[in-house]
Amino acid sequence: MDEAPSVLVLGIGNLLWADEGFGVRAVEEFHRLYEAPVNVRVMDGGTQGIYLVQHIREADLLVVFDAVDYGLPPAAMKLVEDDEVPAFLGVKKISLHQTGFQEVLAMAQMMGDYPDHLLLVGVQPVELDDYGGSLRPAVRDRIEPAIEIAIDWLGRQGVSIAKRAAPLAEDETLASREMRIGVYESCRPLPEQACRVGDERLLADADFAGPVDFETEIGVLLRSPAGGRG
Amino acid sequence: MGIQTPNGFNLDTAGQRVVVDPVTRIEGHMRCEVNIDENNVIRNAVSTGTMWRGLEVILKGRDPRDAWAFTQRICGVCTGTHALTSVRAVEDALGIMIPENANSIRNIMQLSLQVHDHLVHFYHLHALDWVNPVNALRADPKATSELQQAVSPSHPMSSPGYFRDIQNRLKKFVESGQLGPFKNGYWTNPAYILPPEADLMAVTHYLEALDFQKEIMTVRTIFGGKDTHPNWLVGGVPCAINMDGVMAASAPINMERLNYVRGVIDRSLTFIENVYIPDIIAIGNLYKGWLYGGGLSGKSILAYGDIPDKANDYSAANLMMPQGAIIDGNLKEVLPVDVRDPEQIQEFVPHSWYKYPDEAKGLHPWDGITEPNYQLGPNAKGTRTDIREIDERAKYSWIKAPRWRGHAMEVGPLARYVVGYVQGHEEIKEQVDSTLRALGVPLGALFSTLGRTAARALEAQWAARKQVYFMDKLIATIKAGDSSTANTEKWDPKSWPAEVKGVGFTEAPRGALGHWIRIKNGRIENYQCVVPTTWNGSPRDHAGNIGAFEASLMDTKVERPEEPVEILRTIHSFDPCLACSTHVMGPDGRELANVKVR
Repeated sequence: MDEAPSVLVLGIGNLLWADEGFGVRAVEEFHRLYEAPVNVRVMDGGTQGIYLVQHIREADLLVVFDAVDYGLPPAAMKLVEDDEVPAFLGVKKISLHQTGFQEVLAMAQMMGDYPDHLLLVGVQPVELDDYGGSLRPAVRDRIEPAIEIAIDWLGRQGVSIAKRAAPLAEDETLASREMRIGVYESCRPLPEQACRVGDERLLADADFAGPVDFETEIGVLLRSPAGGRG
Repeated sequence: MGIQTPNGFNLDTAGQRVVVDPVTRIEGHMRCEVNIDENNVIRNAVSTGTMWRGLEVILKGRDPRDAWAFTQRICGVCTGTHALTSVRAVEDALGIMIPENANSIRNIMQLSLQVHDHLVHFYHLHALDWVNPVNALRADPKATSELQQAVSPSHPMSSPGYFRDIQNRLKKFVESGQLGPFKNGYWTNPAYILPPEADLMAVTHYLEALDFQKEIMTVRTIFGGKDTHPNWLVGGVPCAINMDGVMAASAPINMERLNYVRGVIDRSLTFIENVYIPDIIAIGNLYKGWLYGGGLSGKSILAYGDIPDKANDYSAANLMMPQGAIIDGNLKEVLPVDVRDPEQIQEFVPHSWYKYPDEAKGLHPWDGITEPNYQLGPNAKGTRTDIREIDERAKYSWIKAPRWRGHAMEVGPLARYVVGYVQGHEEIKEQVDSTLRALGVPLGALFSTLGRTAARALEAQWAARKQVYFMDKLIATIKAGDSSTANTEKWDPKSWPAEVKGVGFTEAPRGALGHWIRIKNGRIENYQCVVPTTWNGSPRDHAGNIGAFEASLMDTKVERPEEPVEILRTIHSFDPCLACSTHVMGPDGRELANVKVR
């Protein structure tokens, strides 16, 4: 390759609902720990949809961090690559927002600017029904291994990213000052001051059976006409 | 058996039930159920918000100066509008005056969102309710080129070769089995009536708009200092102005950046005038016999107004986007709106999954209570976590029922345009009259699904023009020597009174938006958001009035109940901030179809 590939490291999800903030917290930490070269963009995608299409189109390599609900054991990590990513995002019950993101990928593809390689680093949430809550410890513990997986994967694609000599301070990262994790957690009102739970229908309920054999199930989906890219 | 609602609709629940159900979390999930009679005409409509956002409780006890960042995360689409509404509420509570430059920059950002959201909504979320991309494969590229030149002579991309290329690209995409964003459509439904050439032209513009929209975002990135989630600030805007500065990352606003923004605005206006509006006229002309979906739009509409000309003056006379209310279909009178008046805006919960001490009464948002109370009515089918059929006689929605002086109201571009038209707003009148003339339809045609869609396009044009106005104003103020962008006098909570309350309001792309805040000892004591989808997606109230979505679906004929494209058209015309899954149920609860709504 003559030119360094354009890389997008994207976190998606919603910070306000506990473990659904995993993707965004992961890119904040990525930015805190690693010195991204000019060809690597690290981005908090939040729950934006079509507004992200352009950034996907510009990327040759795309890494997405996200919370994915597939009935896996709590805090289990799931890695999905290339063609499997959109199919995975389209599976019912898999997450709470990416039906939109699957469409974002399809739009980029239709425009003829699709990344050469994709990696989705997903984590099964422990808790979503906690309004204003932060990551559960088990999910928070996945951030560092998730980042290392992404760094390794990018390394295999010929993109090496070095650790910073010293990590950035929390208020120097891409996180907005008001929402950085320390402030978000320490300034939260007590549960007796503000109700934290409300909707019992979040996360797969007891009636939902997770996959017995995840790889087989994804394989079947990929072979089905509706399951492939887009 | 029919029920007459106080707001003038006859509900009949005898027929088959059609159910629309949610997928996304953004701005709450939505579900819609209708009953259709033996002629497939909708005789009862029920709109349900099926997910509680919980924002009010998330904000309780937080620092009011940070509230914008939380509200910005409510929804991935109108992030900036919530942030703006929030900082206005805090500024109102604390009596903070913002500099003129901050007002101009905020207006440019808000107008930029209007332009962006309207354009993306039409092409990428709504057009496929009217346009059939599969039919576009049958178009003659030469005839498409002629059509393009006829509907918009000044749009340069119109050669037969250009349309042939797009068609080939589309063909390859479809033949490979990848319908991508076009999947889940009802492409054989007779409700699609455009000739293949019009379909090809519109699909081509779908692609052009997808490519162009990226530029619009840069306006908010430049002033907000950041991609995807711009920064906002209580007291002004968080960007410094240094006209002689050089351009660099995170540099202050300088002439080079302002010129760049000006270029984006000019190109936005060109795209709207060359592509968006001609498409609305061309497509509207072919569909003008489909005049369903009026709902409350000709009866009861509400606009808070927005875009203050001078800073810090939120009175109707100073707002460039119209403010006012029309009730009972009296199009001769626009009533004044006061978001502070406890008698005007009230939220009711007899049909919402919340608890009030006395549910016969409504509460003004300053005194609002958000305490969840999820329970299904005795006639609901299914389980608490998997509802098959809602019982609308009981509580049935996570959306409260806001009312203006007791009336269910429609909000959004059409509401704003009707209020502006009745008030004699010159630019709005000119735009509306010329559109009606071009389509050869009377004023009454405005009160429809198509009217809602057309008003949005006209408003995009208006918003782009007003961006130019505020750019000129910003540059003139700076040249006169005033480069201040923030007032930090009252930044320190020690300078605040022990207890205060305030309200911020805006016109979000999809309608009137208000945040009501109470601050006690430097912390948020109560925060209530009444969002546009609360108004439009409202359930029934204490008196039995149905909400705007519900009203808009009444009396619509659905050609194929298992492919309810007509329901999608009308619900999408409100630009609801959510995606839905549709299940169509037979009278015995048997599922007829399962379709995704976009």
